[in-house]
Amino acid sequence: MEWEVVIGLETHTQLQTNTKIFSGAAIKYGAEPNTQACEVSLALPGVLPVLNKQAVHCAIKFGLAINAEIAPRSVFARKNYFYPDLPKGYQISQFELPVVGKGAVTIQVPAQGKNAAYEKVINITRAHLEEDAGKSVHGAVEDMSGIDLNRAGTPLLEIVTEPDMRSAAEAVAYAKKLHELVQWIDICDGNMQEGSFRCDVNVSVRPKGTEKLGTRREIKNLNSFKFMTQAIEYETRWQIETLEDGGKIQQATVLFNPDTGETRAMRSKEEANDYRYFPDPDLLPLIITEADKARIGADMPELPAAMKARLEAQYGLSSYDASSLTTSKDLADYFVAIVDAGADAKQAANWMMGSVSAKLNSEDKNIKACSISAQQLAQLLTRIADGTISNNAAKQVFEAMWAGEGDVDSIIAAKGLKQESDTGAIEAIIDEVLAANGAMVEEFKAGKEKAFNALVGQAMKASKGKANPAQVNEILKKKLSA
Amino acid sequence: MNQIDLTHFSLRQIAELLQSKKISSVELTQTFLARIKQYNPNINAYIALDEDKTLAQAQAADARIAAGNVTPLTGIPIAQKDIFCAKGWPTTCGSKMLAEFIAPYDAHVISQFDSAGAVNLGKTNMDEFAMGSSNETSYFGGVKNPWSYDRVPGGSSGGSAAAVAARLCAAATGTDTGGSIRQPASLCGLTGLKPTYGVVSRYGMIAFASSLDQAGPMAKSAEDCALMMNVMAGFDERDSTSLDRAKEDYCKDLHQPLRGLKIGLPKEFFAQGLDANVGKVIEAAISQYKKLGADIIEISLPNTGLSIPVYYVLAPAEASSNLSRYDGVRYGHRSAEYSDLMDMYCKSRAEGFGAEVKRRILIGTYVLSAGYYDAYYLKAQQIRRLIAQDFVEAFKQCDVIMGPAAPSTAFKAGEKVDDPVAMYLQDIYTISTNLAGLPGMSVPAGFAQSDDGKSLPVGLQIIGNYFDEARMLGVAHQYQQVTDWHKQAPNLDMPEGIA
Amino acid sequence: MALSIEDIKKVAHLARIAISDADTSATLTKLTGILGLIEQMQAVDTTGIVPMSHSQNLSQRLRNDVVTKTNLRDEFQKNAPKLGNGSTEPAVADGLYLVPKVIE
Repeated sequence: MEWEVVIGLETHTQLQTNTKIFSGAAIKYGAEPNTQACEVSLALPGVLPVLNKQAVHCAIKFGLAINAEIAPRSVFARKNYFYPDLPKGYQISQFELPVVGKGAVTIQVPAQGKNAAYEKVINITRAHLEEDAGKSVHGAVEDMSGIDLNRAGTPLLEIVTEPDMRSAAEAVAYAKKLHELVQWIDICDGNMQEGSFRCDVNVSVRPKGTEKLGTRREIKNLNSFKFMTQAIEYETRWQIETLEDGGKIQQATVLFNPDTGETRAMRSKEEANDYRYFPDPDLLPLIITEADKARIGADMPELPAAMKARLEAQYGLSSYDASSLTTSKDLADYFVAIVDAGADAKQAANWMMGSVSAKLNSEDKNIKACSISAQQLAQLLTRIADGTISNNAAKQVFEAMWAGEGDVDSIIAAKGLKQESDTGAIEAIIDEVLAANGAMVEEFKAGKEKAFNALVGQAMKASKGKANPAQVNEILKKKLSA
Repeated sequence: MNQIDLTHFSLRQIAELLQSKKISSVELTQTFLARIKQYNPNINAYIALDEDKTLAQAQAADARIAAGNVTPLTGIPIAQKDIFCAKGWPTTCGSKMLAEFIAPYDAHVISQFDSAGAVNLGKTNMDEFAMGSSNETSYFGGVKNPWSYDRVPGGSSGGSAAAVAARLCAAATGTDTGGSIRQPASLCGLTGLKPTYGVVSRYGMIAFASSLDQAGPMAKSAEDCALMMNVMAGFDERDSTSLDRAKEDYCKDLHQPLRGLKIGLPKEFFAQGLDANVGKVIEAAISQYKKLGADIIEISLPNTGLSIPVYYVLAPAEASSNLSRYDGVRYGHRSAEYSDLMDMYCKSRAEGFGAEVKRRILIGTYVLSAGYYDAYYLKAQQIRRLIAQDFVEAFKQCDVIMGPAAPSTAFKAGEKVDDPVAMYLQDIYTISTNLAGLPGMSVPAGFAQSDDGKSLPVGLQIIGNYFDEARMLGVAHQYQQVTDWHKQAPNLDMPEGIA
Repeated sequence: MALSIEDIKKVAHLARIAISDADTSATLTKLTGILGLIEQMQAVDTTGIVPMSHSQNLSQRLRNDVVTKTNLRDEFQKNAPKLGNGSTEPAVADGLYLVPKVIE
């Protein structure tokens, strides 16, 4: 039987705020245990929550970015369960009336083997504001767990998709797209190691061609795209094998173990939960007006999809190039800065996706940490365009600039990379080459096009690589046809 | 200066003595502390006293008075219900769960009294987590009604009520979720006000049912309550349900005449279930208001009977969740022996909470659990709207509503403790105002004869429209100008009523 | 909706309150009485009535995103419960609150 995997994601994005969602406690990562756990974070008797304005702004920005319905009235509810990292015995979340309703994200699924790249729309069911729990730390004292409540109350936006994805590749493409988007609109720092962007993946399988969804298992807290791929692939195989062996899938919450590459059901989640949601009486309905949306919308950056379209229309970039350059706001801004500084757009795109990106990847840096400024890179491209240096020489200059050896012109001068553009000098070289290679000239005249390239090669060699190749071509053509 | 007299003085009289330096706050405070030492071991109104802290505050108040930096409450000893977190004070909420808890921060109400220069005399006894109408659910034992030691003072603010009635403080604070200020005020013969929901910040006040809880004053007279309200009321940004209103002077309407005041009497408040002797006292009080020029109108609050069922869904539901934080992890009672996390939770909570609190947690958990939410919780919230709507209609016809605050006078300790439903019916006249969020008060209106021939206090309830506290206090104050029920005090050495 | 012993056990477990078998039946009697009181609601037709969560029809106020809290860990941890199981030491170590091992 052929099987189809059905995947939906729930992503917890930690919002970019200075303080917790319901109190004025700081949320700096890595603080000493419980030093950011104020009386509200600790749920001392008598404390009350007050909602952080910035967290609401982040939610509105996200809603606008995915073109979603933003609820004019949303309600905070209590999700009741006992866990040592949940100090109140309930999590303040949103249940029936979330702040962000239905929206959509378009993903680009890269080519894989014989399958070509394609685009797909992933529907967002909802996104809601909620507070994070604290952390259990193991090993400090034998047979005990230590509870650190610094993270308790950190603002999260939980983004839930429809079960629209049909492969690990689609799920990862969605997660990456979302990761790019929340950073683009500056609501999340995207730091997956620190848990700022965590994905829960719901996986089920069904016989291909059938409609009814299979029983799903939820893989909790995946914090890298690599693990996500591994976990989904393992889980899919496991479910298919279980069903083919005549077994049944039990709804469960599972953890992925990166060391073994396997998933296993969580013991603490074995019993069925009854969360007893009800509206939190300590908080009033959150009202968002059209004016609020307009004001926040006016401050939003151009969104990636719009910018991609603009790069294609305004700069004539291919869809692929435009898409690659809009994977992050910093990357796109860098590109635009190069072009604004006078470089050719197409050339700028080629360089960014070629040398720049290779260099950044090899050093595991992002564009913000790029050691060459957009202005410097533009200057380099200008020097290619005005014939000062050849493409090959430019690569040497780029390496030197990356290593911090100075600006474009001083490196060109220091390394003697300026190409020969004096027509007289080039003509003299070509005359010598023609005189020394009579056989080739004859071959060319007999119709062998290849001989022309060989003559160009000889001329470039004679100039020690400094002659302007375009000029060499032109003069050689003229002389041969004379 | 006769020390006994001092404890009977009104807040304004005491303030005059303090500010004219005829007495010092330290002297005044010592007078109350001495009286507490004498009578509290029997009455059990206070569950935490700290003479050093209290006297230090009195000294600071004297310094303020000397410097001329005074408010009407500077130097006045106030008893605080043990539901308010007060920094450095044990704050137990009447529970074993918090028996060891020392509050590390101040409730808004406590800070307000501190800023006014008032003196914290001690923390008063209460029903555990404010769940009860007799003060018998307190882990620290019941409180005796100063009018008759075999009787309960009412609850949940029973310690505060007894402390005011026995003149063991100048005034006290209480909280009212379903009648916890008004019913004990009625049973102990004092004046108590539950303000409009949101007028007094709940920050630092240990939550029972968040959408109903409201703090208010318990004092000897309406004027004293007005002075207390001037300190307690006001916007607090730490409570999302605190109302952002201009500061109000609650004394402003005290002297307004009552001619033409329209008093609505809901027929449902005088029906079956009301003790006949209590009914007579209330009727006499209404006659007094007629003499003062008020017009009496019969009105109807048709859904009054539903207020108890609705309340016993909503309050336990909110409480079941509010009390989940008491898990023995960060503070509070943790069982001495446990095998694992689940065992620690279940034992700590079973040991830390008393029977009534556990019952309410179980009821609240049940009505919120899967499959029952719509039939109970949602339904109760819908009927809550009907109950609130009744008042909207009523206030189209009248300015204030009057009736009994409680269906009977103080009942005997132990009488209802094993019958929760009978106990819950104590709040039949008070709960609907909490559900609607309206202000309500109880004013001493006389004494009624009990079955065994004791004369016990009866409270007249006054219910006002939203934010009408000042007017209500005026309505009560005018009555207190022509009656002296509020000036009656029990004889603590022979507490057999005044008969 | 009559309550059963099983309901009491289930609810007590959800609420994390240990309850002995003897207490379960006594609790059943009392809770049945309270539910009887509550059942009066079912006679009311509430079709179309908007549930009332708060007495004032107001919206949530928003707090500026400014740090107002300082580190009071030592002060707060003075209230830590006693560890238990033979130890009367406070249930804290290295700034962490100690609980029996959490199994994920």
